Amino acid sequence: MAKITLDNLAHSYMAHPRGEEDFALKQMTHDWEDGGAYALLGSSGCGKSTLLNIISGLLIPSQGRVLFGGQDVTHAPTAERNIAQVFQFPVVYDTMTVHDNLAFPLRNRGRDEAYVAERVQEIARMIGMEDQLRRKCSGLTADAKQKISLGRGMVRKDVNALLFDEPLTVIDPHMKWELRTQLKKLHHDFGHTMIYVTHDQTEALTFADKVVVMYDGRVVQIGTPEELFERPEHTFVGYFIGSPGMNVIPAKVEGSRAYINGSNFDLGTGYRAMEGKVEIGVRPEFARLSQTEGLPVKIRRVEDAGRHKIIRAEFFGHDINIVAGEDENIGPDMTRVRFDPAHVNVYRDDWRVAPEGEAA
Amino acid sequence: MNKTVNHKAWFLVLPVLVLVAFSAVIPLMTVVNYSVQDTFGNNQFFWAGLEWFDEMLHSDRMWNALGRQLMFSGIILAIEVPLGIFVALNMPKSGFWASFCLVLMSLPLLIPWNVVGTIWQVFGRVDIGLLGRTLESLGIDYNYTQSTLAAWITIVVMDVWHWTSLVALLAYAGLKSIPDAYYQAAKIDQASRWKVFRYIELPKMAGVLMIAILLRFMDSFMIYTEPFVVTGGGPGNATTLLSIDLVKMALGQFDLGPAAAFSIMYFLVILLISWVFYTVMTNLDKKGM
Repeated sequence: MAKITLDNLAHSYMAHPRGEEDFALKQMTHDWEDGGAYALLGSSGCGKSTLLNIISGLLIPSQGRVLFGGQDVTHAPTAERNIAQVFQFPVVYDTMTVHDNLAFPLRNRGRDEAYVAERVQEIARMIGMEDQLRRKCSGLTADAKQKISLGRGMVRKDVNALLFDEPLTVIDPHMKWELRTQLKKLHHDFGHTMIYVTHDQTEALTFADKVVVMYDGRVVQIGTPEELFERPEHTFVGYFIGSPGMNVIPAKVEGSRAYINGSNFDLGTGYRAMEGKVEIGVRPEFARLSQTEGLPVKIRRVEDAGRHKIIRAEFFGHDINIVAGEDENIGPDMTRVRFDPAHVNVYRDDWRVAPEGEAA
Repeated sequence: MNKTVNHKAWFLVLPVLVLVAFSAVIPLMTVVNYSVQDTFGNNQFFWAGLEWFDEMLHSDRMWNALGRQLMFSGIILAIEVPLGIFVALNMPKSGFWASFCLVLMSLPLLIPWNVVGTIWQVFGRVDIGLLGRTLESLGIDYNYTQSTLAAWITIVVMDVWHWTSLVALLAYAGLKSIPDAYYQAAKIDQASRWKVFRYIELPKMAGVLMIAILLRFMDSFMIYTEPFVVTGGGPGNATTLLSIDLVKMALGQFDLGPAAAFSIMYFLVILLISWVFYTVMTNLDKKGM
């Protein structure tokens, strides 16, 4: 096990990248702490899988270095890095039995049969396939196959890191929870560094201690689920995390007041004067409808999500969402909205601006 | 619902019946007819029953031809299948060179069979052929008109040259259908090159390889033109395969009865192989391969 360091790493799939837009992965420097459980979150095509494949050595980066525990492994083959990786779609060796599939990584490394048998039993129990060890893999369902892939990833105890590339896409929801719990338990018991790629925020937030949000080939924020929720560093994080995502509204900020189309409200803290595209971001959870206070708003639709209500409304020509309690009465007389000043973030060119007094 | 009975409708299928009758049934029945009769000339025929079949089944000549035929099919399969797989494994996966290789390998498949025979007939001649002259000048005794071994080597190499591409192209198609994730997972699992072949590539190619083997077996089992053009079945009877022997018997010696019986048995063997081919393929489909 080791700390994984990405040093000025960048990757382009083109042979001669001309500008930054040719890079699938923009230059980044980042440490993955030994024993951390990370989720790599982002929409499709943002470079998550590229990053994962660089760490596992399936891809050699165009520039920069990859270090395992301080040792340069940038050009080392996958086998030398001692990494386990599970892919989005199940990979099983069809002609082998379930048992032989699980034993495959251990046997290839020349472990003795007694140890192999013991480990296979353990893993089979974990993925709930103890009674199917003797059967061939060819006729199994997709989720059984994916469980075997997961099991093959977990069968080695001494791996430097366990990488998961959206491994639960093909698994049915009930089993998803169970396997995710198993993965957490495995992390707790053995303390492997785990990196879990997903585009499902619930999956990311429940699995990881630290969530790494990627957008357009760049890491935009690394933080605990709470930090991502309270202080999104980039409008993408605000929009991507949360359901519905953060409301982002163009505004003008002067001192501690925000101006939207002439109306204004208090931000609680002061901001330095700024240039460029300025927006304010408010999560729907921190916006409240009111009859008298706040700025004018026009309710379009109220959706009942069970535990709460989601109000879709129009706010100075912009769509905004507001979350209200299940027992709140939403009437036609509620024509104003108030934002909780402590939870309003200010963005300049999509990046969060720290208010005066906050350590940036 | 009342069905309208109109027997005139049968006339509508008549053209097909006539066509099939003239193209397949009647010629085949002629052969059946010859196989159960004997003649002493003058177009006078006598009923012979199953005599010709009995004679053919006990004829050394036919068994020897069958033996040579099986040996030929066995040898070319043993060379073409592994060689085809080897070529497919080493072909570029994409880009200009992949297309280039595909075109290059398709070329032998596009050449008419008697042209292939002529090419090798000339190529191997010791007086003017590039191969024959070269070998002879190197002091190697190679003359396919005199040496059984040389004749066999020539027709086997010719068939390998002509048909390995087919196996390679089918195997290549099978390989191309394997998702990258399999190779990546194998790297993660630290599988050796042999294990990647044994547990990933071979199982994924099994379906197309089965087609390749059966196609090559059937084709080589019926082969006539190419070896006939090169060796004419010689030296002696050394390269007289089933088809060549059949033509000699029917058209050379004009032994219509035995040749007809021979034809029917040959036909039944091919039919049997086709049936096996069909059964194996449909079972593979059921298994989802």
